[in-house]
Amino acid sequence: MNPHLRWRKFVSNFMLTMTGLCAVVAVSVLFFILGYLVYYGGTSINWNFFTKLPAPVGETGGGMANAIVGSAKLLALATIFGVPFGFLGAIYLAEFSGSKVAFVVRYAADLLNGAPSIVIGIFAFSIAVHPFKQFSTLAGGFALGIMMIPITLRSTEEFLLAVPRTLREGAMALGASKWKTIATVIVPAAYRGILTAILLAFARVAGETAPLLFTALGNRYWSRGWTEPTASLPVMIYNYGLSPYEDWHRQAWAAGLVLLALILVINIVARAILSRGISVPR
Amino acid sequence: MNAFVRQAVSVNITPPVTTAASRENSAPADMRMTISKVNFWYGAKQTLFDISLGIATSKVTALIGPSGCGKSTLLRTLDRMHETVRHSRLEGKILLDGKNILDQDVTQLRRRVGMVFQRPNPFPKSIFENVAYGLRINGSKVPMGEAVEKSLRHAALWDEVKDHLHKSAYELSGGQQQRLCIARALAVEPEVLLLDEPCSALDPISTAKIEELLVQLKDLCTIVTVTHNMQQAARISDFTAFLLNGQVIEFSPTPQLFTKPTDPRTEAYITGRFG
Repeated sequence: MNPHLRWRKFVSNFMLTMTGLCAVVAVSVLFFILGYLVYYGGTSINWNFFTKLPAPVGETGGGMANAIVGSAKLLALATIFGVPFGFLGAIYLAEFSGSKVAFVVRYAADLLNGAPSIVIGIFAFSIAVHPFKQFSTLAGGFALGIMMIPITLRSTEEFLLAVPRTLREGAMALGASKWKTIATVIVPAAYRGILTAILLAFARVAGETAPLLFTALGNRYWSRGWTEPTASLPVMIYNYGLSPYEDWHRQAWAAGLVLLALILVINIVARAILSRGISVPR
Repeated sequence: MNAFVRQAVSVNITPPVTTAASRENSAPADMRMTISKVNFWYGAKQTLFDISLGIATSKVTALIGPSGCGKSTLLRTLDRMHETVRHSRLEGKILLDGKNILDQDVTQLRRRVGMVFQRPNPFPKSIFENVAYGLRINGSKVPMGEAVEKSLRHAALWDEVKDHLHKSAYELSGGQQQRLCIARALAVEPEVLLLDEPCSALDPISTAKIEELLVQLKDLCTIVTVTHNMQQAARISDFTAFLLNGQVIEFSPTPQLFTKPTDPRTEAYITGRFG
């Protein structure tokens, strides 16, 4: 073997090894985090964690029932605030708007999507907290809802545009108005993708902390109704993680584990929805 | 006349019509649609020039010509599907039963003039719901089951699908899907059925079935079909219009167009010298 060929083989093998290693690192980060969470938080996940209120300072035990319910309420509100705007806006973009309007709206949505969540938080604070002199679940849901709008809008639009033109024409040729075509053919053809988009937006905001620090604040007790401050899992992790107590650290890990598990489950469900059943041939 | 044209014409069962063979004046008086002086533009590009044609009631009219000659565009103006394309412009008159379709409500028009597309485009719904779709969106009160069965029988598909009407339409073969699309169009009982190269994506056996079907459907409605396949035009149509570069070169009863073309360009095309 001449030296040149040997060198080429070496470079080839070296690059193969490097790229493979990087791929392994990329994947292993997730498993590393998961392992860490299970190792530190696994022992704190018990029945009490899901059913009890946080224990008073100085006592061990207690749980995060209020934070779990609080997160659920916040995410429900965020979906109610965010999804209709994202969904209907996407329909307008994909079906009605001219290319100039669509470009502007898309660009704005991408910018909003890239806006740091802390900025969203301070905005929601000045709109939904400051005027009422009251931190509340509503304000938290509002902040998370704003974050869901651009994600839902952009991905719903993609899925609507992917519906073949021939289906639109088929419906219109039968005398369906534009709106009927959208409601009875295009959205049903794209609904799997749209549902997935909403789930992913949901998963994305489920772990957001910064906007909630400004809006829902946190609460060591049950939050009644929608106008009181409420605990939530991400803020709980933030507060417990910074505390000086060993027991709280473990509970923060446990909360992280629960949150990550929730997001994983949502992702898996979303993928299952997307891959199952009738897909429209292109 | 070359061998293939002779063969093509011999399959046609319609006796030659003996009207005078002047260019735009050869169709009989009973016209379902009349196209008069239609010009059409996509943006700045004109694709149809001064087209005038009569579409005879309960007959099959075929539009033939090489790719890009405007035959599909002309067909799409007949139910105003051209309006779905931005920056398109049409001048002229298209009459359906004596009334200009360009002045009518477009959704009403499309209920009377159905369309079947080049590639089968069933909706992502069940076979039953595909056929029922047109009736449902029109708020029809007819018994849905009977109407669906009737349309599927007309489209010669009933026997193949009657036991699994609630399966997805995508489980059907391409030819079956295209017949389903015909059934879907027939369900709203259109007066005119437009077909845009309905067999171009199909195998020969499916094509034969659809051709046979079209000839039978003449009794139900007036048919206008675009085809790039000259044998097909010769086999199924009563009248044929030959288009070239957006103009009607010749419009005659089919046997006449294929046996005694009056324009040298028509002759060149049907004998396979271009296109």
